[in-house]
Amino acid sequence: MSHTTEVPHRRPTPGHSGAGPTTPPRARRRPGSQQFAAWAFLAPVTLYLVLFYAYPLYRNIDLSLRNYTVRSFVQGDAPFTGVENYRTVFDDPTFAPALLHTVVFTAVCLVFQYVIGLALAVFFNQHFRLSATLRALFLVPWLLPLIVSASTWSWMLNSESGVVNALLGAVGVDQVNWLTSPSWSLTSVIIANIWIGVPFNLVVLYSGLQSVPAALYEAAALDGAGAWRRFWSITFPLLRPVSAITLLLGLVYTLKVFDIIWIMTKGGPADSSTTFATWSYQLGFGNLVPAFGPGAAVGNLLVVAALVFGLVYVRVQRKQALS
Amino acid sequence: MNRSGKRTWGKTAVGVLLTGIMLFPVYWMLNVSFTRDQDMRKSPPDLFPVHGTLAGYRTVLDEQLPYLGTSLVIGLGTVVLTVALSAPAGYALAKLRPRGGGVLNFLLLAAQMIPGIILAMGFYAIYLQLGLLQSVPGLIVADSTLAVPFAVLIFTAFMSGIPGELLQAAKTDGAGPLRTFWSIVLPMSRNAVVTVSLFAFLWSWSDFVFAGTLVNGGAHEPITLGIYHYIGNNNQEWNAIMATAVVASLPAAVILVLAQRYVAAGVTAGAVKD
Repeated sequence: MSHTTEVPHRRPTPGHSGAGPTTPPRARRRPGSQQFAAWAFLAPVTLYLVLFYAYPLYRNIDLSLRNYTVRSFVQGDAPFTGVENYRTVFDDPTFAPALLHTVVFTAVCLVFQYVIGLALAVFFNQHFRLSATLRALFLVPWLLPLIVSASTWSWMLNSESGVVNALLGAVGVDQVNWLTSPSWSLTSVIIANIWIGVPFNLVVLYSGLQSVPAALYEAAALDGAGAWRRFWSITFPLLRPVSAITLLLGLVYTLKVFDIIWIMTKGGPADSSTTFATWSYQLGFGNLVPAFGPGAAVGNLLVVAALVFGLVYVRVQRKQALS
Repeated sequence: MNRSGKRTWGKTAVGVLLTGIMLFPVYWMLNVSFTRDQDMRKSPPDLFPVHGTLAGYRTVLDEQLPYLGTSLVIGLGTVVLTVALSAPAGYALAKLRPRGGGVLNFLLLAAQMIPGIILAMGFYAIYLQLGLLQSVPGLIVADSTLAVPFAVLIFTAFMSGIPGELLQAAKTDGAGPLRTFWSIVLPMSRNAVVTVSLFAFLWSWSDFVFAGTLVNGGAHEPITLGIYHYIGNNNQEWNAIMATAVVASLPAAVILVLAQRYVAAGVTAGAVKD
């Protein structure tokens, strides 16, 4: 029926134009029955969201506000303790390092993934022979199960038998204890995660490059602008919207990275690569005596952070869609 | 003409080199999977499997087949559940203009932002009470949360492109919304179904967080846990570990070869996951 109602001229938020019964084409469509049909189609997914997103989230908040033990976990009679778990978490000596590692991990990964991804996107945008095939091959790290990537990197970074140290040794660098020394463990998981994140940046930025009109480059080339100049005065500014989206999504997804770190170092040694994500899991599931409450509290802090940046992302995206 | 031809070959050479660097870890996984036990700790390591052995793959056949089977069942289950939930929702959001659809869209976006471990903890608490821990259906439901918000997004975007006149014509012929959905919208959305199915399968096949939390130690564990137990047991048979990793990567490889355009479309359309 009335799909994209003949592009409303400058009407605020085109998406909303169909919602109200005021739009003429809909008035004769018996909105009542259509509304019923629409929500009948949406009912399963709505129920699903409530049961499998909202309820687990609610359970997690509940966990963080009570003093749960394994016994009360089963019987469900844990005493309400308010913000006690949060206080425990803030006072924990792991809090400061975990926060620092989360910030460093996220920032360093984002910067490198974006810069490498953008450089590759510009490179592949030159459409040379085999470029499409090679670009497709770059997707591989992103498609592999994280456990595969993490265990491969673990073995490559092994102190005695890893290929990385063998290559470094060939150029005279002493053995680096990538995964077992506190000063290197965070670097190691960052390297592995950058490797996994580059393809995503490449693909999204490459698709952004497709919308930069070639005529602009030709005009700039005629004016005598070199490749470097053209990048900074045409490509980069025109890519800004896509870059914003890429970085914001990358931020949200990097904040919650768990698998890679857990599989490679378990957050160790001595918390040297612990982030909020691994700390939360460590508290809830990683110890003999689980601390469900504090674990859930750390997790909820992470949810808040992810949702804040998620909201920024939605705002930016909406603004771009309107302009 | 000749000069520019040379230049493109030069770029191709650079491209091949860059791809080689990027894919080196994948090559290394293959190399180690064929390496003999006695060569495993050799220094420097062999850059090629000169004394190649299939011992690692034999171990996979002996020990990992049940895990692979479980992963396959869970992957297919996740695909069915995801498509069944999100295709109708996409249709409604794209074509039926539900009141409150914007809010639902927003919630789906927000749902994608929630870290998996948080959901895993919530699921753990719920499944413990329901007795659903270590069950395959339980894991299928949990794994589907990885894909459902993304899938609704893809279906909505795709189905918005179906011409309204077509649906109008069906309506004039007396087809109700259900009929229209089933015999017109769904068949026309084949590409979206393929994209969604691929990603749903891949993500549930690759899932480690939910598996490690919800079915760890159970009778039906997926292949990701199979690998994890190998590493966790301080197993030194890295050829077997890497051989399992290679086998676990096969779906990704198949998808890349057979359905590359769907993959690229999925990444950019939803811009999900990293």
